[in-house]
Amino acid sequence: MKRLFLALLLALVFAPLHAKEAVPVAEDPVLEARLNRLAKELRCLVCQNESLADSQADLAADLRREIREMMRQGKSDGEITRYLTARYGDFVLYRPPVKPTTWLLWFGPFLLAGAAIAGFIYFLARRRRSLPDAPLSPEEEARVQALLGKSPQEPRS
Amino acid sequence: MARFLVPLLIFLVLVGFLWKGLSRDPREVPSPLVGKPAPAFQLPRLDAPDKTFSPADMRGQVWLLNVWASWCVSCREEHPVLVNLAQSRDVPIIGLNYKDQRPDALAWLDRFGNPYRVSVSDADGRVGIDYGVYGVPETYVIDRAGIIRMKHIGPVTPEVLDAKILPLVAELSK
Repeated sequence: MKRLFLALLLALVFAPLHAKEAVPVAEDPVLEARLNRLAKELRCLVCQNESLADSQADLAADLRREIREMMRQGKSDGEITRYLTARYGDFVLYRPPVKPTTWLLWFGPFLLAGAAIAGFIYFLARRRRSLPDAPLSPEEEARVQALLGKSPQEPRS
Repeated sequence: MARFLVPLLIFLVLVGFLWKGLSRDPREVPSPLVGKPAPAFQLPRLDAPDKTFSPADMRGQVWLLNVWASWCVSCREEHPVLVNLAQSRDVPIIGLNYKDQRPDALAWLDRFGNPYRVSVSDADGRVGIDYGVYGVPETYVIDRAGIIRMKHIGPVTPEVLDAKILPLVAELSK
């Protein structure tokens, strides 16, 4: 009985050890580093806010496998991203390409900033025009001179 | 008057954009494959692994390619719709059994019915990648020339079937 209990206890202790299959460690660290760099720029389609490098999704693992294989075949990063966009669209790229359909995306912020600056300049110009030109009376003029220290009798503190 | 009208207009435009953004499903990513030839493959049949099936076998027919798996919960949701379609309409449905175990898949078909003319096993998911599969179930409408005409992501509902898939199939079959 005691022995059985011990065995059960041991089984429990070691259970988590083989809960998850070990992820195969890459044989080629250079290739793996390149894979990681590229995969950081790619979006996982299953969990859309994660990169292909970080995602635990099955599909992400499969795609990393495909990319690894293509890298082994000597394909360039450009060829690999083209392979992925041909299947999943530009959505997989965290940096969408500049093309007519994405012009608004890329240049929209500048357009908005330009419009805001133009609006501000227009507002200032109109405000200046609407402010009445009020000339000072002779007494006010004298007071201004006094306050500005032009008058010798003004004591300095 | 104008000083209230302009902010109001900007506000309404903003609400319009946000409203549209809320009503869209971010999981639906438009497929670049629509309008392109269906990627070729040659895979073992689920019922008879010694025989293979290729999309080229379907040349001259309008057909549906349905990606499914026994582990996929939403597939169960759409399955009765497909079974119904297979019984009532003459549009062949080919199943792509995606990353599944053969016994599980066969048991699943036994239990829920088999709407597929043929199912093929894509055990490692490579063909799925070629078809841009990222969320099972997915359904493709492929025309006589082997061009993908439509892709539906997620379970096929009777509404989607009647409003989108069947009209397209009817038009392509003319």
